Amino acid sequence: MGWIVTEPTLSSQALTIAGRDIQRERRRGEVLWVILPFGAIAMLLIPFGIGIDTPMLRRIGPGLFWVVVLLFGVLVTVRRTAADTDTEQALMLRLGVDPVAELLGRSAASVAMLIGFQLVVGAVTIALYDVDIARWPVLIALVPLVAIGLGLLGTIAGGISGSSGGANLVPFLVAPLAIPLLLAATQSMDGSTPTGGILGWLLLIVVVDIVLAVIGVLTARPLQEIR
Amino acid sequence: MDSQTPVVDFSGVAVRLGSTVVLRDVDLTIDHGEVVGLFGGNGAGKTTLLNVIATAIRPTAGQARVLGVDLNGDERLTVRGRIGVIGHNPALYPELTLWENLDIACRLTGRPTDGIGDVLQTVGLGGAAGRQGSQCSYGMQRRAEFARELLLEPDLVLLDEPHSALDVAAAELVEHLTSSVVARSGAAVLVSHDRERVEKLASRSVELESGSLVDGLDRD
Repeated sequence: MGWIVTEPTLSSQALTIAGRDIQRERRRGEVLWVILPFGAIAMLLIPFGIGIDTPMLRRIGPGLFWVVVLLFGVLVTVRRTAADTDTEQALMLRLGVDPVAELLGRSAASVAMLIGFQLVVGAVTIALYDVDIARWPVLIALVPLVAIGLGLLGTIAGGISGSSGGANLVPFLVAPLAIPLLLAATQSMDGSTPTGGILGWLLLIVVVDIVLAVIGVLTARPLQEIR
Repeated sequence: MDSQTPVVDFSGVAVRLGSTVVLRDVDLTIDHGEVVGLFGGNGAGKTTLLNVIATAIRPTAGQARVLGVDLNGDERLTVRGRIGVIGHNPALYPELTLWENLDIACRLTGRPTDGIGDVLQTVGLGGAAGRQGSQCSYGMQRRAEFARELLLEPDLVLLDEPHSALDVAAAELVEHLTSSVVARSGAAVLVSHDRERVEKLASRSVELESGSLVDGLDRD
């Protein structure tokens, strides 16, 4: 047929992959109908476990929110990457997709889903835990920054768990990199943290995001090779 | 594509998977315009050889070049987009429609998407463009894969049991695809147990036995 072939750019491949993943999730509904309800239910059940003590719930609510976001958020992204069949992985190889574009596209789709996840679980937390949201402007920066970190972390971890024998490594990879995200997110929302200190915690999340992006780019090709 | 350089040029290629030697000392040259039938019993190494040519498995020993690119080097990633593969399992996203599957393949490889409708008509799926992969029969999924390869116009196409699950009319797609690749001065490799059908299409046949090439038959 003799089509005119234009060399695809990294960004065009990443955008196509992000669109593909969002469309697949829209049809499959795993995040919307399985993981999101479990996240909301976890926030609902915790008060029953520790007793309905409103001042205490108000105090621990933000911390619990970030724990749930981290645990379920990583689950969202790891499952999406690790659930690819061998044939689907082979298709990416066959199409000559740049592994870095695949990482960026997958992570971008995860970020979009994680922002939605945080908004819904956040609304549940505010409603059930009567948390003080005086610092809500911080969330405008915090929610996307945490989503970026988790999106990258989950995509890298999913790539490792999809490789032979890699599944056992996932908790050891996720835990150390998730701790600074959890700590910084919790501290940023803590009313006792001075305003100047918030900036420092946000900066820590930015640094973690950058470190994860560098790790992702450096490992994308070797991971594609061994999958 | 330089027509002086063979499409596939293997010399002494071996593949060891764990403790098992799957391919040993394979010498194979495939030139432009050739359609090669690859035969052999179960476990002979046919699919492994196909995977090495497709750059999915790195040779353990020997010299291997595909479309002029050394498969032991990092450049092998650059050649993948020029190799078409239709394997045992259809490589389609089950949640996406056939049209969306082809659209993504075009976008990821820089092809225009305006030929998708015509190609789906060619493979007999014009009325199923909006159907999700999971809602299609195995045969329809196979046809969709042929549509993808017709769109992507690879320089080398590798077909593993291409006739399986295709009805008589659809089986002509195998010939259609291989002849279109050859017409562009590319080459095709067909792996099959159905020797009679493949030999009608092939210009040459080779046979694998326990990982070694044992036979070559030129038909030209």
